[in-house]
Amino acid sequence: MWLASRNPRTRAVIWQAIAVMAVAAILAAIAMQTAENLRRRGIASGFDYLHRAAGFEIARGPLSYSSGDTYGRALAVGLLNTLLVSSLGIIASTGLGVVIGITRLSRIGIASTLASTYVEVLRNTPLLLQLFFWYALSQSLPPPQQALNPVPGVFLCFRGLYLPALAWHDGAAFLDWPELVGFDFRGGTSISPEFAALLIGLTSCTAAYLGEIVRGGILAVDQGQKDAAAALGLSRGRALRLIVLPQALPVIVPPATSQFLNLVKNSSLAVAIGYPDLISVTNTTLNQTGQAIEALTLAMIVYLAISLTISLCMNIYNRTVQLREDKARPRMSAPHVASHHKVSTLDCRITSLEPPPLKLRPTFAEAAMRRHSRSR
Amino acid sequence: MFRTTVRRFGCLAIFGVALLLSGCTGAGTDTASAHAVGRLDPSSHTPTVDSVRRKGFVQCGVTTGVAGFSAPDAQGQWRGLDVDICRAIAAAVLGDATKVRYTPLTAAQRFTALQSGEIDVLSRVTTITFQRDVQLGIEFPAINWYDGTAFIVRRALNVKSVKDLNGATICVSQGTSTELDIADYFRKHHLKFTPVVIERLEESTNAYFAGRCDAFSQDQSSLAAVRARAPQPADHVVLPELISKAPLGPGVMPNDLRWMEIVRWSVYAMVNAEELGLTSATIDAALNSDDPSLERFVGKNGGFGEMLGLDASWAFRIVKQVGNYAESFDRNLKPLGIERGLNRLWKDGGLLYVPDLR
Amino acid sequence: MTPAFPLVSGSLRRSLRRSRSSVMVSAILIGSSAYAAFWFLHWAVIDAIWTLPPGADSTACRAVAGRGACWPVVTEGSRFILFGAYPYDQHWRPALACLMFVALYASSAVRAWWTLWLAALWIVVPAAAIVLLRGGVLGLTNVPTDLWGGLPLTLILSTCGFEAAIPLAVALALGRRSAMPAIRVLSIAYIELIRGVPIITFLFMASVMFPLFVPEGFTVDKLLRAQIAFVLVIAAYLAEVIRGGLQAIPAGQHEAAASMGLNYWQATLLIVLPQAVRMTIPALVNTFIAFFKDTSLVAIVGLFDLLGAAKAVNVDPKWFGFSVEVYLFAGAVYFVFCYAVSQYTQRLERILKVAAAP
Repeated sequence: MWLASRNPRTRAVIWQAIAVMAVAAILAAIAMQTAENLRRRGIASGFDYLHRAAGFEIARGPLSYSSGDTYGRALAVGLLNTLLVSSLGIIASTGLGVVIGITRLSRIGIASTLASTYVEVLRNTPLLLQLFFWYALSQSLPPPQQALNPVPGVFLCFRGLYLPALAWHDGAAFLDWPELVGFDFRGGTSISPEFAALLIGLTSCTAAYLGEIVRGGILAVDQGQKDAAAALGLSRGRALRLIVLPQALPVIVPPATSQFLNLVKNSSLAVAIGYPDLISVTNTTLNQTGQAIEALTLAMIVYLAISLTISLCMNIYNRTVQLREDKARPRMSAPHVASHHKVSTLDCRITSLEPPPLKLRPTFAEAAMRRHSRSR
Repeated sequence: MFRTTVRRFGCLAIFGVALLLSGCTGAGTDTASAHAVGRLDPSSHTPTVDSVRRKGFVQCGVTTGVAGFSAPDAQGQWRGLDVDICRAIAAAVLGDATKVRYTPLTAAQRFTALQSGEIDVLSRVTTITFQRDVQLGIEFPAINWYDGTAFIVRRALNVKSVKDLNGATICVSQGTSTELDIADYFRKHHLKFTPVVIERLEESTNAYFAGRCDAFSQDQSSLAAVRARAPQPADHVVLPELISKAPLGPGVMPNDLRWMEIVRWSVYAMVNAEELGLTSATIDAALNSDDPSLERFVGKNGGFGEMLGLDASWAFRIVKQVGNYAESFDRNLKPLGIERGLNRLWKDGGLLYVPDLR
Repeated sequence: MTPAFPLVSGSLRRSLRRSRSSVMVSAILIGSSAYAAFWFLHWAVIDAIWTLPPGADSTACRAVAGRGACWPVVTEGSRFILFGAYPYDQHWRPALACLMFVALYASSAVRAWWTLWLAALWIVVPAAAIVLLRGGVLGLTNVPTDLWGGLPLTLILSTCGFEAAIPLAVALALGRRSAMPAIRVLSIAYIELIRGVPIITFLFMASVMFPLFVPEGFTVDKLLRAQIAFVLVIAAYLAEVIRGGLQAIPAGQHEAAASMGLNYWQATLLIVLPQAVRMTIPALVNTFIAFFKDTSLVAIVGLFDLLGAAKAVNVDPKWFGFSVEVYLFAGAVYFVFCYAVSQYTQRLERILKVAAAP
């Protein structure tokens, strides 16, 4: 009847009203039941727990924290750990991903085979499995007493990687060397095996996906551009760096953005190997306080904020690397056209095959001709 | 034409979804009826007791394997001090101490399992703290073991007291009160330590054995079991120092007062039996005794069983099928070399001082 | 340009046209990969322990720890890794369930069989597998879901999750493109909320918060909670894939449908959706692979899927320390499934592109 009303506008309004009411009804029912259950079980509500002392310790990290600090500070420590591992992971995986992508397209057969194997293995196994694997590898290193000492001051054992650190004492800076005292190394700075395993796992896995994206981007660049670069006498490396990659960026950036977001979300797997990131601290908090709803909602809001920030930044970057449509597609122009080189630094497209005035490495042919003319 | 296609699609979809749901929810409601209830009668004041009677067994939450308290033996049968509590409850309510099913839970999962109704009683070396009693809303009817937090370290490290552990790396299980106790102790004495927090107890102890940490911390009595599991038990030593109190007891949800009383008095019955000198062997003779306290215990008069909603010989069955507190201790903890210590009867200088059955 | 010296064959010409640096790089890479392969061969095959005498402990393995692999971990633990804690004598049931799923995937690969019968099979086979694993009918013993584990659990979580999520995903995708603002906002909110947050938070929510959402006494078992969480998450990711497909349909199709007198639902179900789904099949299958791997996350909330069971093998003190071998085995199983499906996807992509080309 009125659901099948003839007027599409009325129908639309009715459908929307039904949808909104249904969703609101479900949410209200859940909320009421939850409030009832919380009341019956005597579980507290609200975010006051953030101001209470946490009571548990967290492994040493960038922010100083002790068990007497509040839950709020503990969560801040977790958040900082997440941001640290995510930012390092993004930077490292970008570099490694570009290398992998380029290597897959290499003419050296062995290099491209190795890169392909790397990508296939890492993309077809779960990330959690890889993290466990890296952590297990780190635990098979020797104990502190027999730590590997490749360089003086650097120690590698299953408790972590120990490095000398810059420290201040009485106004003077000095190098704090780690040395074995009793149980463990004192002094210097250390990288825990959990952090190292998480970082290596995240980086290698995301780099595999980024490698594919970079490869797709490079393949998407017009073949004519690559041929023109070769005809100009640019070596493959320079052509890649100056011509191809900048034009591949618009194709690469959107999927790379989603891979970066995945990396940030995957850093939450730290809870499985014991690295105190945000989810791990949230888990401890909700175990100790019982306030699961508040703790998880807070964690979700934080992750949404981080995702939004990364998306925004990458969208801004995306806009800057878009090819400007006013610069024309490559034209084969006659040699008598204006001689200034048209490899614009802004969009790197070769728009003319005029030999540029810059000094290039002479090709084999040119060198041979020069030798030939000199010998004359 | 279109209508018939939609109808066909619709029928197929509905049929398929129904089949799938029946398969998947068959998993759900089947287990629901097997584990707890499909739907409880909200007007009932004893939902847990009713559900236990309807199911025909007690669902008992235990550890994933702490020798002496709750661990499966070589035949897969669960044995331990906490297991005996659950068996006593089953003997009292259902008449048969074997009508118990065990759910192994990690420290982090245990309270959710109890709160969600997955288990009826949590008998899992749980320390009674204000936070758990008040904030999590869990009731602890009785204390069945008095303990404290201690450390196990490698003998080679030559550690004599906990204060020597300054700067050490310590493994703990996630979600335990031990985590908080250690943090408090070290902060109070201005010592530093690095925590390695792992959820599963076995992985935590394995990390300690591998050397990832210098020390492992838990309730002192559980550490004896940890030491027994070590590749070279002689290499490890349990420090005698206790850094905190840890009264352990079974936990229940507060929505069923009757169930709480049954759990409480099952524990008290076992201690009372030891006080009265009743063992599983001698309880039969007590049926003919003239001693009024024995008569009340075996249910000849007093009517205590009916007041609990049970039959008269509930305490008799507990002692007959499970034994008294001393028997339970001798069976489970004595072989591990653990002393009764604080857990002796008050007459013998310990802390076990429970109300009488009168 | 004339070469300075005569060349014999094309490939030699090509190889000699390469610069010195690329030849050097080739040599280095070949040398180092040969070295690594040689070292791996020694560790995995030559110096490895392949069998232990029955009943022996792992001292033989520990003697070669670090130099050689200990494959008895895998051979003795493989049944636990693949089937979890399922009763030993009933292992034929999870094995049969796995084979049913593999047959389902294989038969879906044959394009000629893409009919309504295949869709019905996708609903019937998982339901049948669940019934087979649960038992209780046809003379099969009842096995509660706590004992399910290993590969069948992974297959059930991913397959049931995927197919239950498809209707919801289609609804969300259509809703997101809807002209009605309220529905659009609701769909966008749902999709962006779920896609912006780690999946593990939803698993925690499902296992910890779900009991708070339902009336007292109504309990749903752990497996079903994780399954529901996966369905809700997969729906959001699938909705984006389907939306991509819907966007790629040219507006001419909508206009043609409208001009034929079809209303919105008729046009969508008969004209637009089939084309969109067909176009996005490779992306849909890629999403399936991604979630097949993501089911490993349930290891964190206490379910023993393939990865969780693999991790649990090392908890046994006998096998403690040999994690690498176990993870290689579990990784190989995942790799076989995912690689096969992804190779099929690539082939399918090529076929569909050719078939769709005008």
